[in-house]
Amino acid sequence: MKLEDFRAKQAESAASEEELHEALEREFHVIGRRLRRTDGLAKSTGAAVYTDDIALPGMLHGKILRSPHPHAKIVSIDVSAALALKGVHAVITGSDMPETFGIIPWARDEYPLCLDKVRYVGDGVAAVAAVDEETACEALDCIEVEYEVLPHFLDPEEALAHPETPIHDPKKPGQNGNISKQVRLEFSYVDALMEQSDAVVEGEYYFEGTNHTAIEPHCAIGYFAPAGKLTVWSTTQVPHYLHRELARVLDLDVARVRVIQPPIGGAFGGKSEPFDLEFCVAKLAMITGRPVKILYTREEVFYAHRGRHPMLMRYKTGAVSDGRIKAVDAKTILDGGGYESFGLVTTYYSGQLITAPYTMESYRFDSTRVYTNKPCCGPKRGHGSVQPRFAIEVQLDKIAERLDIDPIELRRRNILEPGARTINEFRVNSNGFLQCLDAVEDAADWRAKYRKLPYGRGVGVAGSCYISGTNYPIYPNEMPQSAVQLQVDRSGRVAIFCGASEIGQGSDSMLAYIVSEELGVPLDYVRILSADTDLTPVDLGAYSSRVTFMCGNACIDAAQKIRQQVQQAVAEEWLCRPKHVKLAGGWAFNALDTEAKVPISEAFNMAEAKYGALGATGSYNTPKDIHGSYRGGTIGSSPAYSFTAHVAEVDVDSETGFVEVQRIWIAHDCGRALNPILVEGQMEGSAYMGFAEAIMEEHIFKETGLHNAPSLLDYKIPTSLDTPEMHSLIVESIDPEGPYGAKEAGEGPLHPSIPAIANAIYDAVGVRIDRLPFSPPRVWKAIQQRAEVD
Amino acid sequence: MIEAIQLTVNGDTREVGVPSHYTLLETLRYVLGLTGPKQGCDKGDCGACTVLLDGVPTLSCILPLQEAIGHEVTTIEGLADRDAPHPLQDAFDITGGAQCGFCTPGVLLSAAALLTRSENPTREEIRNALSGNLCRCTGYTKIYEAVELAAAALREERASQEEAP
Repeated sequence: MKLEDFRAKQAESAASEEELHEALEREFHVIGRRLRRTDGLAKSTGAAVYTDDIALPGMLHGKILRSPHPHAKIVSIDVSAALALKGVHAVITGSDMPETFGIIPWARDEYPLCLDKVRYVGDGVAAVAAVDEETACEALDCIEVEYEVLPHFLDPEEALAHPETPIHDPKKPGQNGNISKQVRLEFSYVDALMEQSDAVVEGEYYFEGTNHTAIEPHCAIGYFAPAGKLTVWSTTQVPHYLHRELARVLDLDVARVRVIQPPIGGAFGGKSEPFDLEFCVAKLAMITGRPVKILYTREEVFYAHRGRHPMLMRYKTGAVSDGRIKAVDAKTILDGGGYESFGLVTTYYSGQLITAPYTMESYRFDSTRVYTNKPCCGPKRGHGSVQPRFAIEVQLDKIAERLDIDPIELRRRNILEPGARTINEFRVNSNGFLQCLDAVEDAADWRAKYRKLPYGRGVGVAGSCYISGTNYPIYPNEMPQSAVQLQVDRSGRVAIFCGASEIGQGSDSMLAYIVSEELGVPLDYVRILSADTDLTPVDLGAYSSRVTFMCGNACIDAAQKIRQQVQQAVAEEWLCRPKHVKLAGGWAFNALDTEAKVPISEAFNMAEAKYGALGATGSYNTPKDIHGSYRGGTIGSSPAYSFTAHVAEVDVDSETGFVEVQRIWIAHDCGRALNPILVEGQMEGSAYMGFAEAIMEEHIFKETGLHNAPSLLDYKIPTSLDTPEMHSLIVESIDPEGPYGAKEAGEGPLHPSIPAIANAIYDAVGVRIDRLPFSPPRVWKAIQQRAEVD
Repeated sequence: MIEAIQLTVNGDTREVGVPSHYTLLETLRYVLGLTGPKQGCDKGDCGACTVLLDGVPTLSCILPLQEAIGHEVTTIEGLADRDAPHPLQDAFDITGGAQCGFCTPGVLLSAAALLTRSENPTREEIRNALSGNLCRCTGYTKIYEAVELAAAALREERASQEEAP
């Protein structure tokens, strides 16, 4: 096609004169509009290619042999019979990769395959590669492993009491080997201020563990090219960290490892660190010279886990008679399972992330993460803070009751002012929490319902805040947290290269909207290549709700560099000022005279003629002076915080204890909604996931260490019939540092679901259920006990 | 053992060699290369593998291949019958009904079956029709909106066809 034809084609999709005038009047012409995703049709037509959809020529199938014991020494492994099996190409054990890995550099405690000890039922001990899945399974049956069984602990308090049987070697001599991490921090004088309180409420709360349960199971493919280069396709949210860990564990040059992350079928934190299968496919590919794929079964997903930590939380909260919080004292035990994962961070988060949206005059937390012989816990949507949020928000409800203050009013009286620092010294910039409270109060018709509905029906409120990315990367370095590279084609097409992980949240689309906004190209002229470590600049990954804030800012940085060149080149041609050259709707036009316009591709050509090939990189790094001045004060600090309030309305059947959540009103301050459809999708998905944890999910184990329900039939997650009606209310506080003012929306809106439902149950039937989930037997029993007391 | 069987998928009848123990899902994904239907649990629990068997939503991961012989199988790849996407596919794109997209092919086929038997389904009917398809991203709201939007588009399409001479 000739250049002119390209231009003509593009002009067809450009905006009309009328639309251009409109674009001039609006602050944004793309941002804030209810647009389609860039990958929506690929997904709804089945064209999107996920990891397990990839089949390479000559590909072998791998399987991992897993421990049947929760805690045992490996005495010997005999793989000879498996190797002798027809169709088996390789068998590996722990000694083939005798190097630990882990997401936190100073807490690496897992081997790709166990070396000398297993720590939970499901720990991997050997892996095979065979011509097909059946042969691989048969080979696993032929591997002989001799174990020396050790005492095992499923309960963290029991594990703490038995340091003589350490699940891991103690971190320091003399320490209890069953302690993974302990953090104690106190801000101001808790004991003294507790004494000055008019109302003191104490409570013990238990949050049951839950699994992410993405519908796509983990999958990885390894391919080792004859020239000595390893490629791993994986369902990972953190391609950059996986890249580093693969090179380190397999002792390969980083330059000879490539990680590609195809579209992911859900993650929610469950794919945010390296897993055994990635190392195994890589090693098996290196040994066999053939591509090797491993796909977890659903059962393996439950055992690989890294889900929400069970937490036992003892809270004491004091307030004065007008409702202001004087003191919060928290003691928390986290059940970590067999390994470290993000445990160090989870332990801090369990205390550090609850100091907003409320001011508190003093605060102390004491959190201990304990190893147990169960699948390892890790980060799940709302990492580390969903559990304590349940405790603190129910505590507030109890205080409001005690002081006879409306619980929404009580929250208003304690609100952290915009621009204030939290008691643990975090800077909080934009803060729309007050508007969130107002929004749910109005939408839910709160005043007409609270304490006024008939017995069995009730409403409850809760609030929360969450980080928009962590201020510091997982491995200390001074480099940007995120980078984007743009390349402009002569046809008017713009290609975006970015390491960001599209996990369903819409990060690819977000980048496309920004480029379309800044460079005036129609959305279908934007191409996105993301999360391929050979081709894309580093982004640290899809965790801690950092992508929109950080990649978005990096993308604006890159796009504005190109925009300035284009404006300059066109201005020289038109003899006008560069600032009057506007790029929007597929055109470059003169803001003072919209008759003067050229297709955007022509404008790009002018700039290319003047400057040479058009391209730019952009990056983002966090401000470094916004955290606490104490040890651990960086953990939990973020460039911006989102805020949420929920009102839940429930029906409780007092005969059966069955809680039916009818509606949840979700107000979320996301800074600016770059695309309200995607923001609402995150709000509804989050509220759904919190509701699920409140009402039905239980990641629990039998005495033997076996999972109680490792299937999607027995591990209950809500169907369309279970899920409540949800109403999304977007609040836009416009953050001074976010991209166009945006903050996160992916994790924050989950937090208030659980306490709002708990508080609504109390409003409905007058019982406090301080233990998750709010299942019919538990609720029924509480109602019975209350009846007996009455 | 490889068996030669005749299978009708998305309108094409083909002779294919398939290991005799394969399910319909394995055959579609590994033999025919139709990767639209997904494997989420391999036990018939999640619905990601849903295909239409003579128009009826069916869990292909637990359907022995023999039971598909002689029936019309429709996968997500065969839903659109023209150059353009099916109104349901377009509607999912408009309302944000797909996030990660992994359950989407199954959800869409269950919805397509609903729309062939009910041209203006209520919210309750939609919830019932989709109750066998687990979605972990959306909380279902935007999926309902998509089905309602597609139903309206299909009604409009039918009305304009009836008006045409």
